[in-house]
This record gives sequence, C-alpha cells and structure tokens, in this order.
Amino acid sequence: MKPFVLNVALAAIAVSCASSTASRAAWEPVRPVEFIVPAGTGGGADQMARTIQGIVTKHNLMRQPLVVINKAGGAGGEGFLDVKTSSGNPHKIIITLSNLFTTPLATGIPFNWKDLTPVAMLALDEFVLWVNAEKPYNSVKDYVDAAKKAPSGSFKMGGTGSKQEDQIITVGIEKAVGAKFTYIPYKGGGEVAVQLVGNHIDSTVNNPIEAVAQWRGGKLRPLCVFDAQPMAYDEPIADGKAWKDIPTCKSQGLAMDYLMLRGIFMSPRATKDQVEYYVELFKKVRATPEWQEFMKNGAFNTTFMTGADYAKWIEAEEKRHEGLMKEAGFLASPN
Amino acid sequence: MEELANLFHGFAVALQPYNIMLMIIGITLGVIIGVLPGLGGANGVAILLPLTFSMPPTSAIIMLSCIYWGALFGGAITSILFNIPGEPWSVATTFDGYPMAQQGRPGEALTAAFTSSFVGALFAVIMITLVAPLVAGFALRFGPAEKFAVYFLAFCSFVGLSKEPPFKTIAAMMMGFALAAVGLDSITGQLRLTFGVTELLNGFDFLIAVIGLFGIGEILLTMEEGLAFRGGNATINLRVVLQTWRELPAYWITSLRSCLIGCWMGVTPAGATPASFMSYGIAKRLARRGNNFGKGEIEGVIAPETAAHAAGTSALLPMLSLGVPGSPTAAVLLGGLLIWGLQPGPMLFVEQKEFVWGLIASMYLGNLAGLLVVLTCVPLFAAILRVPFGIIAPLILVLCAIGAYSVHNSTFDVMLMLVFGVLGYLLKKCNYPLAPLVLAIVLGDKAEEAFRQSLLGSQGSLGVFFSNGLVSTIMALGLVALFWSAIQEGYSRLRTSMA
Repeated sequence: MKPFVLNVALAAIAVSCASSTASRAAWEPVRPVEFIVPAGTGGGADQMARTIQGIVTKHNLMRQPLVVINKAGGAGGEGFLDVKTSSGNPHKIIITLSNLFTTPLATGIPFNWKDLTPVAMLALDEFVLWVNAEKPYNSVKDYVDAAKKAPSGSFKMGGTGSKQEDQIITVGIEKAVGAKFTYIPYKGGGEVAVQLVGNHIDSTVNNPIEAVAQWRGGKLRPLCVFDAQPMAYDEPIADGKAWKDIPTCKSQGLAMDYLMLRGIFMSPRATKDQVEYYVELFKKVRATPEWQEFMKNGAFNTTFMTGADYAKWIEAEEKRHEGLMKEAGFLASPN
Repeated sequence: MEELANLFHGFAVALQPYNIMLMIIGITLGVIIGVLPGLGGANGVAILLPLTFSMPPTSAIIMLSCIYWGALFGGAITSILFNIPGEPWSVATTFDGYPMAQQGRPGEALTAAFTSSFVGALFAVIMITLVAPLVAGFALRFGPAEKFAVYFLAFCSFVGLSKEPPFKTIAAMMMGFALAAVGLDSITGQLRLTFGVTELLNGFDFLIAVIGLFGIGEILLTMEEGLAFRGGNATINLRVVLQTWRELPAYWITSLRSCLIGCWMGVTPAGATPASFMSYGIAKRLARRGNNFGKGEIEGVIAPETAAHAAGTSALLPMLSLGVPGSPTAAVLLGGLLIWGLQPGPMLFVEQKEFVWGLIASMYLGNLAGLLVVLTCVPLFAAILRVPFGIIAPLILVLCAIGAYSVHNSTFDVMLMLVFGVLGYLLKKCNYPLAPLVLAIVLGDKAEEAFRQSLLGSQGSLGVFFSNGLVSTIMALGLVALFWSAIQEGYSRLRTSMA
C-alpha cells in the first residue's frame, strides 16, 4: 500500500514540477512587438503585414500590441540592418520578400539572412505573365514570337524595382526564349499594372494581387504562371476563367519558374521558446477566415514551413538567387 | 442621373449617427496628426488602420478619410504659425502664410487657408461626382515621359516665375537635386553617395530637411533678432473669420485657376506637391499684387492651399478606379481597401456602389465638418502666437525633434534635422531662396526616375518628350514658363523699337 501512495505522490509532484517548468519556459512578449516591413506602404509585403496586424488585433491573438513599421530605405536594406543590429531583442520581427537575397547581392550592404533567426514561411507569392488585353497575343507562343520579331530591345517589360525579382524573371525569360527586352523599373506593382493598361509597356510579371483588378475589368490578359503547377483557386475571375485555368509557363514552352518568399524572421540570438511563440502565433493567424480570404484574393501558394525545413529552403533559394543574379550581371562590384 | 441617385443613397449611409460620430473623431484625430510635424497623414492613417478592421468597410473608410481631411487642415496650422510645414504640399503655404502671422494676421491667414482647402476639395469632389469615369481614363495616358513633363512644368513654372536672382535659384535647386540623389538609385538598384554610411541608405527624407530648414532655421534667425517674436501682437478677434470671408470672393480667379491646376495634377497623378508649387508660382506672376508675394499676401495662401487640396482629393480618383495611389496616404488607404476585401480597380464603381458613393458622400460631409471644426478653433490657434518666444521656442524645438524622430524612429534623423537647421540659417543669411531647394528635394528623385524610365523606353532618344500631342504640349508650356521673363522683356523691347 505504502509504496503505491508514495509513487502517486511522487508522480503528482513530478507532474506539477513539469507543468510549472513548462509554463515558466514558455516565452511571451512583455512589451509591444515591432513588425518591420522592408518595403514601402501599400506594397505586397506591407499589405500582408497590416493584414496580420489586423487579424492579431481582431482575434486577440497577442497580449501585447503588434506595431507595423516600414523601413524601406535602400531596397529594404534599412529594415534588414535594423533587425540585424537588434541582436537579442525578441520584440522585433520582420516580414521578407525576395529582397532578403537580392538587396545584399545587388547593393553589397553588410547583411545576409543568416544574420537573422528564421521563424516561418507564411506563403509563396506567384508571378504571372501579363499582357494588355487589346494586344493580339493569346498564348505564350504568340507573345514569344512577337518579342522575337521586334527589333532587339524595343519590347518593353515593366516591373517593380531594379535588380529585384521582376527583373530576374525578365532575364530568365530572355534566356529561355532568346529575345532581348528593355526592362523598365517602377516603384510599385500597382503602377506597373496601370502602365501596362495604358500601353506604355508591352508586358509585366505582376503578382496576382497587383493585377487582378485590371484582369477583372477586362484590361489585362494573363498568359502563364511562373510555377511548377497551376494555382489552386478555381473561382472564376474574368470571362469564366479562374486562376487555376492559367497554364504554367513551362507547359507553354517558357522554361522559367519563380516563387517569392513571404516569410517571417526575427532578431539574431533568439531563443527556441521565443521562436516557438511566433510560430504558434502565425499558425493561429493562418487558421483565421480573414487569412484564408487574403490568400484567395492574392492567389497565394500557401506552403507553410518552419524550423530546419524552412532554413533549408532559404539556403537553396539563396544559392539560386546568387546564380541567377551572377548570370544576369546584377552582383555588386566588390570595392 | 443614376449617379445622383447613388450619391443621395451615399448621403443616407454617411449620415447615420454612428458614421457622423466617426467623422468627427476622425477629423479631430487628423488635425492633431497634422499639427505634429513628421507624423503626417500617411503615418496617422497607417497607425489607425488596424482599429477599423472590426468596422463595416464603409464606416471604416469614412473615418480614415476624415483623418486624412483633418491632417490636411492641420498641416496648414504649423506652416502658418511656425513656418514648419508638416506635409510636402504645405511648403508653399509658408511663403506667405508665415509672414502674415508675423505681421499679426494669423487669424486671417488660417481662415484663408482653411477656406481655400475646403473650396479646393469641394471642387474636386464635385468633379469626381460628375465625371469620374471620363477622368479616370485620362490618367492612363500618362507614361513616364508624360510624368516627367509634368514635373518639368512644375520646376519651370516655379523657377521661371520667381523673382530671385536666377543663379541663386539655380544654385539652391542644384543643392536640392544633389541631396535628392542620395540613397538607392531606383533605376540601377545601386547605392549612390552613401559612402558606406548605413543611415544614409534611405537618402535624405524630405520631412527632416524641411523641419530643419524651415523650423529650426527660423528659430535661429529669431534668436539672432533678439528673441523678438512679432506674432505677439496677434489680435484675438472672434470675428476675424467673417471679416476674412468678406475679402475672399475678390480672389475668385486665383481660386478657380488653382482648383483646375489641382484637379489636373491630382488625376494625372503627379500629386499635391507639384500642384501647390505650380499654383503659387503662376499666381505670383499673374496676380495684380504679385510683387508683394512672399511678404504676406493673402492670395499667396489661397493659391497653394486650394491647389493642394483639389489635388489631394482628386488623387483618390485614380486610386479607386485604377488602383494607383496618387499620394502616400492614398497608398495606405489602398492597403485598407484590400484588407476589407474591396479590390480597387475598374470594377469597384460597378460592384461596390454603396461603398464608393458612401465614400464620395463622406468627402462632402467630412470636408464640411472639418471646416467647421477648424474654423471655430482659429482664434485659439492664433492665440498660441501670444505666448512669449522664450516659452514657445523650446516647445517648437521639442515638437520638431519628435517629428523628425517619428519619421523613421531614428535619432540620426534628429541630428540631421539640426544640421539642416544650421544650413537653412546660413542660406537665409546669404539670401539664397529655400523654396527651390525644397522643391528639388521633394520632386528631384521622382523627376529623375521618370526621365530615365522614358529614356530606357525610347532607347536613349530625347524625342520621346515630344512624341505625342499630350507630352509635347506640357513640355512646351514648361519651356514658356521657364523663359517667361525673357519672353516678356523681348516683347516689350520689340514694341519700343517698333514705336
């Protein structure tokens, strides 16, 4: 009898100890968390960050407020350096886009993603090849033929930023089809889409959310998506066509695919508990109907990754960007 | 007719007690945001955006656009009273507004500024109501070349029409261009003139420069003049509003011209800043008392304020119909629309009638409410100037420092502001005009970007700036404005030699 009582008592003590250490170990923010956006207000990353902020506020997912701060200087370099220098401050997270790789490579600022602590991949943003709906290109083949026929450099591709994702894709297309484009950089994706509607450029590789309104308005036509498989959304958008009906570029003979990271990082030297806290937070965000709606509106690829998988993915992607940018001659000259 | 019915339905939506309450809260918050230099409408809207997610979209946009109106009104207050423009488009308001305040006429200047803002915004809203679909299409014709032509016109109409010695004007402007070139070159994606200093990645923010050049520079000048703050004799008269109103109708031509400039610049979408500078420059040349501009002329307040608000308001049109924001604040509002599940673009006017017309109705009502709120406070604002300089100057300094800090949350910017303050003081002592410098900082990189985009597209041929009727006309107007003085002189010489 006695040993049994003892065992139960010991077990009880053990359980209570375990649970108390668990509750002590679980980290939680004790002051407002800064959510850095390394891009301007109104862009894709900014919209996503502000949506997350809205979801967190509405569903009371955090006890401390989440404050969105834009640090767009130097193609986002300002934001990355800010987080890099906030070593050991767990109240700072950053949302990244492809400039995580491209900005340090193109400008030579002293920053690498390994300076930060990866938290989670939230989604991947798709790229679609768009042309003006008035133009006679109904397929990738029509488009490629026209681009090849045009005098070298007279075919204009508009995109967001210089030596960033849009221009990398443009160089990829040039290589794949053997035509020469003139790339014209603009400040934001919305502006690029409107320049295409106004026929000031010949094509763009806008993200779905940047051009969807003009597609629905019958002004633009999507030709193909730069992904290995078609997008998942089958709700009709325009002319009875859905995102799902846009063929992949590869299937149309344009061998190029590119997806942009929408992921979260935090300050250097974050502890496991701190990372765990944010991973759990973003899992909760992803489960809300508002997030689902946001994903659907922007036709995002909703891959979610954390931990070692995420780090491995980033590493591969960094190598790929380095290769792509080296080929294109976009690397900063070492000085 | 269908539009009118929609509009009245919109009024019904906007006039619900809940929405009226949001309107007044929005205006008050906006005025506070506008008064704090550096905080600005875009930041204010961005900070308050998440608060509105639990509201229905129409109520949310009503509140946010009222914050926007409030900030627009509030920006004029510090420009006139302390020579500190809180927003780029308030810079031109300081040229005559601040001298008026110094002469003890702050009430008049404030009333003129608020009323002009209201008139400009109202004009633009009426335009949006009547011709929205037509005007929206016009914006599509603006490629990089056309945009550059508009900036070119803004620079030319300001420089060519100014009465400062041309070389000092050009020197000041070149300094502005050089400052605007610092940071990331958006065409090549390379860093320029940063010398490895990471703080300079972002370039020189306009707000820091302006808070320093105008605000701090002015305090230094006043200190030198023996702490005499001439605003002290401001009379507080509750009837100042009515008295000023009696004067205003005499300037209807300036108002109308400024409204047209503003609407055109807002839709194109070059924005409110070039609109205000251009309108000021043209008014200076065409007004009967143009020679007095810069010394406290009420017309010099009316022209930029009317144009800035007409532009700021009509900038919402390309945002709603095309999804291209005409101003930073419009960009944040755009983000808001997307979060509420509304997709700006050609289909918004068709699919979301209630929302669009609710917003347009709220523009009418929000503006009216804003005007009433700020006008009743005019004597109160004017009274601030009666506080002795020894007390007010440290307060302004603190306000400036907070403003500069809040732009990027960086103490480096506060230092930079002080440097700009000393620079502003030196330039003023040497009689260099500050306005061209500021104009170049604000518009320099945008003009450069449009110029280089055009040349990329044309493969280096300058002919792109005269390649179609629209762009040629704007460029020709710019050249005429630039050489206006020379043309005038040549013409009068020709006449004397003929006689």
